[in-house]
Amino acid sequence: MTDKDNGFVVFSGVQKSYDGKILVVKDLNLSIAKGEFLTMLGPSGSGKTTCLLMLAGFETATQGEILLGGKPINNIPPHKREIGMVFQNYALFPHMTVAENLAFPLQVRSMSKSDQEQKVNHVLDMVQMSDFGNRRPGQLSGGQQQRIALARALVFEPELVLMDEPLGALDKQLREHMQFEIKHLHERLGVTVVYVTHDQTEALTMSDRVAVFNDGIIQQLDAPDKLYEAPNNCFVAQFIGENNTLEGTVESFEGDYANVRLENDQVISALAVNVGEVGEKTLISIRPERVETEAERCPEGAQKITGEVLEFIYMGDVFRTRIRVGNNDEFIVKSRNSPSQQRLQPGEKVTLGCMNKDCRALDYQAVSKEVLT
Amino acid sequence: MVSVDSIIGRNSLHRKVQRSLRIQKLRALGLIAPLFIFILISFVIPIGDMLFRSIENQLVSEVLPRTTEYLKSEQINEDWEPPNELFWHLYVDLAIATEVKLHTRVGSRLNYEKTGISSLFRKSGRSIKKFGADDYRKALTEQVPELASIDYWELLAEGTKYGYTRDAYNEWKKRLIENDDFSEKTKPSDFLFVVLANDIKSPGATPTQGTIPEEKLLPVISELPEIRFKELFLDTDEDWAEPDVWDTIQLYSPSFTNGYYLNSADFKKGSDGPELRPENERLYALIFSRTLFMSVTITLVCLLLGYPVAYFLANLPMKYANLFLILVLLPFWTSLLVRTSAWKVLLQNEGVINDVLVAIGLIANLERLELINNQTGTIIAMSHILLPFMILPLFSVMKTIHPSYVRAAKSLGATPWTAFRRVYFPQSIPGIGAGSILVFILSIGYYITPELVGGTTGTFISNRIAYHISSSLNWGLGAALGSILLAVVLALYWVYDRVVGIDNVKLG
Repeated sequence: MTDKDNGFVVFSGVQKSYDGKILVVKDLNLSIAKGEFLTMLGPSGSGKTTCLLMLAGFETATQGEILLGGKPINNIPPHKREIGMVFQNYALFPHMTVAENLAFPLQVRSMSKSDQEQKVNHVLDMVQMSDFGNRRPGQLSGGQQQRIALARALVFEPELVLMDEPLGALDKQLREHMQFEIKHLHERLGVTVVYVTHDQTEALTMSDRVAVFNDGIIQQLDAPDKLYEAPNNCFVAQFIGENNTLEGTVESFEGDYANVRLENDQVISALAVNVGEVGEKTLISIRPERVETEAERCPEGAQKITGEVLEFIYMGDVFRTRIRVGNNDEFIVKSRNSPSQQRLQPGEKVTLGCMNKDCRALDYQAVSKEVLT
Repeated sequence: MVSVDSIIGRNSLHRKVQRSLRIQKLRALGLIAPLFIFILISFVIPIGDMLFRSIENQLVSEVLPRTTEYLKSEQINEDWEPPNELFWHLYVDLAIATEVKLHTRVGSRLNYEKTGISSLFRKSGRSIKKFGADDYRKALTEQVPELASIDYWELLAEGTKYGYTRDAYNEWKKRLIENDDFSEKTKPSDFLFVVLANDIKSPGATPTQGTIPEEKLLPVISELPEIRFKELFLDTDEDWAEPDVWDTIQLYSPSFTNGYYLNSADFKKGSDGPELRPENERLYALIFSRTLFMSVTITLVCLLLGYPVAYFLANLPMKYANLFLILVLLPFWTSLLVRTSAWKVLLQNEGVINDVLVAIGLIANLERLELINNQTGTIIAMSHILLPFMILPLFSVMKTIHPSYVRAAKSLGATPWTAFRRVYFPQSIPGIGAGSILVFILSIGYYITPELVGGTTGTFISNRIAYHISSSLNWGLGAALGSILLAVVLALYWVYDRVVGIDNVKLG
């Protein structure tokens, strides 16, 4: 974000309001490097699609500047921006064949017929749809339409491709398959991709970096592993992956760590990521797979947390054990199904073990469940 | 594994399925039955009847059976002269027809084909009573008083001897019965005595023992003065000598005729086949082409005015779109007559539009635009009235075109105009198709508005049809014009299906 001048796509202090009262996007600053795969992730209404539409030119920024390749594009109409875009409903022109759809961007660029044909065949090959040139979009399956939409956004060789939840309409299996195809295409072609989705798995598997949006603000912009393992705030921790939260009050600090007293008077040491002063409330975030139901299985130096088993769920490869810790009835521990792994019974008292670096003390904010789903 | 038929038997299952399906079908039929019957009775049957009238022509041969039968073998040309015998048959036919006033109907029917025949028949119907038939009656009843009673004639008609008399009597009786005029006290009409006398004295009739005492009558008959029918008819009206009159009767003798259709196409039925009417009598080709031209113009005007409106509405948020849609539909809340009359007020020479144009100095007072009682008036008023029928299908089709198509086109590098032309417009074609076919078909048969604002040059074929149905009472011609209109619409529909494809028509 400091490389404002080097970024291929730069949002600088961008704001957007539709009705003049509520800001849908509040002060967006974002720099995307050339060749990067950046995903805008967030619940619906978080402003991510608006950002994409502003970049594509279908919405104008209320304030701030958007730069593409170093040039401001606020006043350039969409058709002159040379940005490829894949729409959620694919927007394949139903009255044209697949080949005509693909040739459309080349035609409006007055390319010669033979060049058009060559390029169309090339992209059809690229998405493995060579035999479908004469079909109408209506005769294709969802996955095939998706590929054609992708091919159409790439055929005129834009340096930037925008994708607005392109896999939202596909079933799970096909979606996972297409995720890899898009990722491989990106790697092969080296285009810059800005991808919008509300599916965090999609974001994590595909992206170089993910910008988590909520409430018109980027909550965290980081590589997927960082985002998952080191969330900066409570929203990100909750939104990305499964998360356990323990409510408590900061009691004291020890270097990078804070001692947090839970409501049942247990004291837990947690990495002080985003906490206030001593005496302020905080939420500790612990990933379910970073907790052991048998404290002995933890490496040296693990801290112990006591709790009571409420439910044991057998899921095949893993066990999920729901435990009451403090006043949280939803504390989940995920353990691998290994021969030595204990299968706990409801009602058992357990001592959980976890490393204090895996406990992250974050800002205290209530995150409603609806936002997250 | 236990299969279904091993439990209850294949046949009984089959029967059960059949029965439940039949019940469903009957229920569905029951739901559409009231409408179906209503349409059948009030729409299909009358229309079928009207279409039948366009070729039906039984009146002439029914009322003038002897005359038309005789004319069948005649070669009528300019030098032809009607023979005496023809007038004898005409006399008998007319005598029967005048009893129930049918001669005027035949006269009117033939008058459609040749003017003047109506009055010819009416005049002749009056004068044949004075041809001297009453002398025959008096003379014959004097000899055989029973001839004055209808019972005697009944007996006469049972015999086969005097064929001509029998047929004439039976036809006369049938007509009276049809007219509710026949009873036992009915007196035999005078002309019957002439017919009987003619039969008795004709050379073929051999005197035999019959109910008629021929030996008593023959001397009386030979003393009676011969009635010279030809002279009497020609005295009544010289037109009876015209070969044209007889030609017309001959041409329209068959029970079915293509004459109405020939008339509708500005042709005339001639003895040597159809011939084109002289230029100053041609009318329908002009009106048909005018109807088509104006309908196409109205459709185009509606499309040009309606397309932007529909586009605007389709791209408005639903809340406002509904409000504007109500405005589009508002004219339907006003009577068609009121709307058309409003146009009269607006368009007339001293009307609002002309006054405004003069007031702002665009036109001089003496050069006021002629906006009404011509094609301009019809096109303006009908475009206004039919506009909603264009806007609504366009709107509902445009509503289904997702904005992302145009966005996609733009993102692919198309200018807004190209995006509209290549992406939006082709997708709106089903709406254009539906709207156009709706407006065109509605306008091609429109009646009230052109009647009120069309004057003489802005009327449609439907106005002509209405004239024939309600004023000239030439229903056959009206029916033929209507059938042609129907055929033209169906043909255009076929062409349209070929060119645009009816699958491409969407109402929403």
